[in-house]
Amino acid sequence: MATTEEIRADLADIVNEVAGVDADDVQLDKSFVDDLDVDSLSMVEVVVAAEEKFGVTIPDDEVKNLKTVGDAVAYIERAQG
Amino acid sequence: MAPIGAGAGAPHSRIMGVGAYRPSRIVPNSEVVDAIDSSDEWIQQRSGIKQRRFATDEETIQMMSVASSRIAIERAGITPDQIDCVLVATVSHLLQTPAIAPAIATELGTEHAAAFDISAACAGFCHGVALGSDMVRGGSARHVLVIGVERLSDITDMTDRGTAFIFADGAGAVVIGPSQTPGIGPVVWGSDGEQYDLIRQREDWRDVVGSDDSPGSGVMPHLTMQGNPVFRWASFTMAKVALEALDAAGVTAADLDVFVPHQANMRIIDAMARSMKLPEHVRIARDVAEQGNTSAASVPLALDRMIEEGDARSGDTALLIAFGAGLAYAAQVVTVP
Repeated sequence: MATTEEIRADLADIVNEVAGVDADDVQLDKSFVDDLDVDSLSMVEVVVAAEEKFGVTIPDDEVKNLKTVGDAVAYIERAQG
Repeated sequence: MAPIGAGAGAPHSRIMGVGAYRPSRIVPNSEVVDAIDSSDEWIQQRSGIKQRRFATDEETIQMMSVASSRIAIERAGITPDQIDCVLVATVSHLLQTPAIAPAIATELGTEHAAAFDISAACAGFCHGVALGSDMVRGGSARHVLVIGVERLSDITDMTDRGTAFIFADGAGAVVIGPSQTPGIGPVVWGSDGEQYDLIRQREDWRDVVGSDDSPGSGVMPHLTMQGNPVFRWASFTMAKVALEALDAAGVTAADLDVFVPHQANMRIIDAMARSMKLPEHVRIARDVAEQGNTSAASVPLALDRMIEEGDARSGDTALLIAFGAGLAYAAQVVTVP
């Protein structure tokens, strides 16, 4: 089972690849939109890449609730259950 | 039972010529931002669109179709009387019936060519290429003219932040004819009616008109689109379809010279290319920056620009894919004429 930090680090790599954000900036308390400048289309790309990486499903309706990196990591942890 | 003659088609088919018509009025982002409380920067960041073209009153569906077709026919090295079928892909010919294709076929000077419209929205042109190719090989037609044409400005709500900056007008055409070697690969196509409402005309014409008891709005039923789900479907599901079309044609991404996806949005084009892991050498159509999203016209317009600018050369292997409302999609590998 991946730890929270492992999921965060993998997610940071995805955000870096999709949106060009420095992976070190992708910390749990950061807001995708306000802090990392990841817009809604980039967020869709991040979500699809995360689904493949972590073997989870993140429906469109759920994406709007993932405001911070911590929200996304927590969702992935729950979904991996 | 009398034996029925089978007819005879060509061994293979190919695209013989491409033509385009770009409407005269250039509309920069600055002209559309006020009505949607937006900015040039936001539109470019969101879509890669810098400008689009809107047709004038004179630049009708028929006029733009005929203009692009004449170029395609000339480049194909044939005359209009050699065309046996005219297929027109469009969603913005605003007469329910008849189709616009017969009027175009007659104005071009075909000799009573079969002519009808295809309703597959943004995917319509690649549907037409598939149908045209099969007609040539099946013997239903020796030469088929396939046109993608739109005046989306007529059916766009210029106050809708989701679509006002995207949709545009134009026409593109190709002639498909017989070939000794395969010039059009097998189509990979399909639909997904579970997502019927993602991109659609907002309301039924009967609701627009209304009744004595409940009058309708009387307002043109514009196109609506749910951007993020469409982005997800287009960028990822369609990338898989594009790769399937390569497989069906027996070529690999490394063999590809040119990729001409439907010009929906630069962000979709970029995400598709990333998802498909296209090699660096593959040249990708990016006509959307100058032309906006012209639905059924976008693939032939983009291909035409690449040929004009030397990015697609005769004999190049090109992957075409178009996708949109329905949802509907079609993709095939072709040889650039």
